[in-house]
Amino acid sequence: MNKADSIRVWISADLAEKVRRHGTETYPDECCGALLGRDASSEGGVEKPREILELFPLVNRREDSPRNRFSVTPEDVIEADRTAQARGMDVVGWYHSHPDHPAKPSEYDREHAWPWYSYIIVSVQKGAPQEMTSWRLEDDRGSYSQETIEIRKEASAQV
Amino acid sequence: MAVKVLIPTPLRPHADGRAAAEFPAKTVAEALVQLTSEFADLKRHLFTEEGRLRSFVNVYVNGEDIRYLAQENTPTKDGDTINIIPSIAGGS
Repeated sequence: MNKADSIRVWISADLAEKVRRHGTETYPDECCGALLGRDASSEGGVEKPREILELFPLVNRREDSPRNRFSVTPEDVIEADRTAQARGMDVVGWYHSHPDHPAKPSEYDREHAWPWYSYIIVSVQKGAPQEMTSWRLEDDRGSYSQETIEIRKEASAQV
Repeated sequence: MAVKVLIPTPLRPHADGRAAAEFPAKTVAEALVQLTSEFADLKRHLFTEEGRLRSFVNVYVNGEDIRYLAQENTPTKDGDTINIIPSIAGGS
């Protein structure tokens, strides 16, 4: 868990609640969306973790098995990237829900993951949001590191 | 002149932080081979162990998906732009 201590992501209480609500709305199907914000930086010796400043909710494109799969098309990714850039941000990660499953990345999640992105997972049990976790793929693609989600009352920086 | 390869944000840390790189290449495959020789850490994220492009890696030449062209054998010429676009998938 030593690596988990070193990676953190900031999100406001309001946005964290929106992720949970999205998971509730689409239950028993999975929800998904992009996380817009800024990557970790260090300016003048001040270390700032990665921060999520806005959500970009998306439609789950997996019509065949939306209860245990989600998919975001390249066109959606392009749109999320454009939206982020127009606001001076980046797409720093993605969120999705695990209906009636724990908030842990599955083997399928790992096989399809990109490096660098934060992957937030919210567990939704019987329609009610439960635990929310965040993960980053290790560079060797073999495993994930859990990152600490720091929920703040307000987003720290405005654009 | 060369073919320009646009590198998506999640892969830039493995490409010296670069958003684009240029290579002389006659096909998409040639460009990707050169990209992954220059930045070796990109290889495992773009290709399977069998050497095939991963399913969630989408490659466009001048805006056209190579799946509808000649896949990795799609020809390229000086001034073309190759765009690598992620698709995102997962689930419980």
